[in-house]
Amino acid sequence: MRRGVSLQLRLEKRAAPSRFMLYATPVAAVLITMVLGALIFTLLGYDGLGAVREIFFTPLTNPYKWQDLAVKASPLVIIAVGLAVSYRANVWNIGAEGQYIVGGIAGTGVALLTYDMTGPWILPLMLLAGIAGGMAYAAIPAFLRTQYKVNEILTTLMLTYVSVQLLNYLVFGPWKSPTSMGQPQTVLFSADQSLPYVIPGTIVQLGTPIAILIAVLVWFVMSRSVFGFSVRVVGASPAAARYGGFSAHRTVWMALLVSGGLAGLAGILEAAGPFGRLVPQFPTNYGFTAIIVAFLGRLNPLGALLAGIVLAITFVGGEVAQTTIALPFAAVGIFQAMMLFLLLAGDVLVRYRVRRVANEPARAPA
Amino acid sequence: MTLDLAIAIIITLVGASTPILLAALGELVVEKSGVLNLGVEGMMLIGAVVTVAVVLVTGNHWLAILCAALASAAAALIFGFLTLSLSANQVATGLALTILGTGFSALFGQPYTGKAVPLLRSPFPPELAADPLWRVLFGYSPLVYFSLIMVFVIWWFLKKTRAGLILRAVGENDLSAHSIGYPVIGVRYLAVAFGGAMAGIAGSCFPLILTPQWVERLTTGRGWIALALVVFAAWRPFRLLGGAYLFGLVMTLEVYAKAAGGGFRILPSELWAALPYLATILVLVLISMRRGGSSSAPACLGKPFLPAS
Amino acid sequence: MTVLNRRTLIKIGGAAAALPLLGGAAFAQVDKVKAAFVLIGTPDDNGWNFGHDTGRKFMLDKLGADKVETTVVTNVAEGPDSERVFRELAQQGHHIIFATSFGYGDYVHKVAKQFPDVKFEWATGNATGPNVSIYNAKFHEGRAVVGTIAGLMTKTNTIAYIGSFPIPEVRMGINAYAIAARKVNPAVKVKVVYVDSWFDPAKEADAARALIDQGVDVITQHTDGPAALQVAEERGIVGGFGQGADMSAFAPKSHLTSIIDVWGPHYVEAVQAVLDGTWKEGASWPGIAAGEVVIGPYNEKIPAEVVAKAEEVKNAIAAGTLHPFAGPINDNAGAERVAAGDVIDDGEFWAVDWYAEGVEA
Repeated sequence: MRRGVSLQLRLEKRAAPSRFMLYATPVAAVLITMVLGALIFTLLGYDGLGAVREIFFTPLTNPYKWQDLAVKASPLVIIAVGLAVSYRANVWNIGAEGQYIVGGIAGTGVALLTYDMTGPWILPLMLLAGIAGGMAYAAIPAFLRTQYKVNEILTTLMLTYVSVQLLNYLVFGPWKSPTSMGQPQTVLFSADQSLPYVIPGTIVQLGTPIAILIAVLVWFVMSRSVFGFSVRVVGASPAAARYGGFSAHRTVWMALLVSGGLAGLAGILEAAGPFGRLVPQFPTNYGFTAIIVAFLGRLNPLGALLAGIVLAITFVGGEVAQTTIALPFAAVGIFQAMMLFLLLAGDVLVRYRVRRVANEPARAPA
Repeated sequence: MTLDLAIAIIITLVGASTPILLAALGELVVEKSGVLNLGVEGMMLIGAVVTVAVVLVTGNHWLAILCAALASAAAALIFGFLTLSLSANQVATGLALTILGTGFSALFGQPYTGKAVPLLRSPFPPELAADPLWRVLFGYSPLVYFSLIMVFVIWWFLKKTRAGLILRAVGENDLSAHSIGYPVIGVRYLAVAFGGAMAGIAGSCFPLILTPQWVERLTTGRGWIALALVVFAAWRPFRLLGGAYLFGLVMTLEVYAKAAGGGFRILPSELWAALPYLATILVLVLISMRRGGSSSAPACLGKPFLPAS
Repeated sequence: MTVLNRRTLIKIGGAAAALPLLGGAAFAQVDKVKAAFVLIGTPDDNGWNFGHDTGRKFMLDKLGADKVETTVVTNVAEGPDSERVFRELAQQGHHIIFATSFGYGDYVHKVAKQFPDVKFEWATGNATGPNVSIYNAKFHEGRAVVGTIAGLMTKTNTIAYIGSFPIPEVRMGINAYAIAARKVNPAVKVKVVYVDSWFDPAKEADAARALIDQGVDVITQHTDGPAALQVAEERGIVGGFGQGADMSAFAPKSHLTSIIDVWGPHYVEAVQAVLDGTWKEGASWPGIAAGEVVIGPYNEKIPAEVVAKAEEVKNAIAAGTLHPFAGPINDNAGAERVAAGDVIDDGEFWAVDWYAEGVEA
């Protein structure tokens, strides 16, 4: 046991994770972030209370901002749901950003091939290509892990940087639009290649219902099916999994293909939706932010849905705070980091119970 | 290519390599203890901004480097507390640390933008570095010599000292190390703080060697290259030195080739930029093939220490 | 005019709020203009964003706080994030929104359609709309002036240009620089290094080192910030030029002069037009003559006759008697691109995909 903790308080492992703490700690993390954030930014000479109000509440209280939240949260949720499955299986795909980029590239490839064609089949084909692209890119680390035992944390991260270069090569080179006056961008997608708007008069596109659907669907599969059970078993204890006849290799493949495919889907949804074409600015860190979303959502698909909205609130609110109270852009990062730190710190309460100990000497290692 | 140009390229590549070498040396020790800290980029930014602030206020380079090391070590200890004392997930905590470092440095650095920072020049008398051949030995900033010394120190520490043996034992098998009575968490705390300090000094290199100014996101992703480098070097200090200079060569040879003009290109620049990452993956595979499928990564890398107590 | 506040918006509700009836100003005059500036970085970058923010301050100063108030949004990525920012600003009742980077274009046009009464100005853009104007500055005119200085000052006859990406604007900056330098010194060659980034100070510095190590003694750059100039100062070469803003504080000995972006007068004009109710769709592309591209103070180490020659080029461009792209111009493969007596006009400018004679790229 750690001495520092056991002087006054002692951590005691719970027999089973606390359900109450599981749900209470993310809420507490957000609340404490607000209090601490208000305090810190007031001390720094900014309008601390205003910062919290604009970052966390304005996007919620102003219905006009809801569509922005939907647009911003959708890709985060889709990617985070895939990552939640992967992390549950103890497979650490941190290269969702790369799979997102390759998904966008693959879908755009279909769009460019079908540029002169029309028909309702084009968009679904693009989405399938996006999923396939993300899966294919995640298959590389899956192959390396199962075949050569190469750590997937490292390979997925490395491949992300490679994908950025691939994107640059394409939009500065062969895919550059002939009418862009030399600017690096592809042609604008045609109507049949763009996501339809699902709520008239808003900017909410097909990506949002897809995100909700995926979160619910994956939650159902993970919590109610044998497949979901096997993932959780393998993740929790590879030895037990072997005993139960579950293949560790198959789990690695499954985790990477699911998370890669969903990241790829998010990529093409973003390219065919808000972006409308491929540009060098396409990588927007959604793949990395989604890691935070997955954790904030407790690696639960429905949790990821909520956490995606919370993160979207901080992004949208951060812009509001810049325009209304001139809060620096960097403040948002500090709020997000604080929130994640507090949530991760709160994890300990899920697994351990805090006991007061009166003048008891530190326990020797067991 | 003339000798003078070759020497010039060496001098530039050593400068470009030094921050990634320093940060990677720190991360190597962290990873050897079984901890994966993905917050290198954030800690480097903290180090860079603190360096600029202290140099501009006090004019003292050494104090600035010290403060940078302490500030980044402090940031690393936040990571340490969460991952070691509270067993939080290391990947998520490391990413959060990078977000924090990026935000903090942008906010803290605001008053220091738009000001020139005095470089930290070679400690040797200028006459020694006048001739190009001598410059290759004596023409560098003290931080360069420090990084070289640290390669040796870390190699010696890990290979030859009892403390280094304990650190490696903790990284390879934390449960046995714990059962023998080694303070697993304490060792990892020290490693994490050391890694932070080294990343902070790596951050100092930007304003003191490479581009003497502060501007948001000054390190532009070099921290991630440092992470790749540790893997590329298979967690060995002297390979790390070679790897750092190889990565530095890749980074500088491109601009030298372009400056040579006449349409001389080594590779499409995108492929060239992707090369360090592709090479790192290749090295991982090759090591694994040679060892018949076992990886060279510390066995406990990235996993929380959960004694059965 | 309709002033929007959060309460009226909440009443109107989410979906309906996106409808065009919620524009800010009407067509008539406005008593006080709310102007917004969307920046891709922060104003303290000593370059592009600094220039726009200086212009904003100039405009504020000129028109007075009772006539105009400004909002600045920094670090806005060129992508869907910018669309949200534009909509937020339009919805907050800003009358005119300045989008200061090329990559904002798609989103400017999208949001402009939803808010037909809000005026949008897209810097370096290439397409206008009923309420979208574009504005740019003829930086290449400044390049011709500094090219003249570089041609006269170089001792090695090798000068350099550090570019971001090979896009037409950068290419034409290189061409203007090379043509002007060779006009005063036909032996000059221009080495070009692209760093493949708009922002990577350490790589820019390395590019400068690579160029100096290969005989370059005058450098100019098409990227934000003083990284290359600081290397010039450290190495003690003839010098370099500030880009976007005066950067002499970073390189007192090597900073020969600078090309300063002066957006202020354009911002004054645009906001004044909104005040008067006379704003209309248009394209503005002035240069030295209009004072939008300004040559900063000359370093005292530049000989008087070089300053005189630079001033002569500057004044001739301002007077319209000298065109930076007047023929005959050959490309660097030897083919004639512009015949004697001809010029590359503004329309042809964006289609140029070759480098002038003497450029090594």
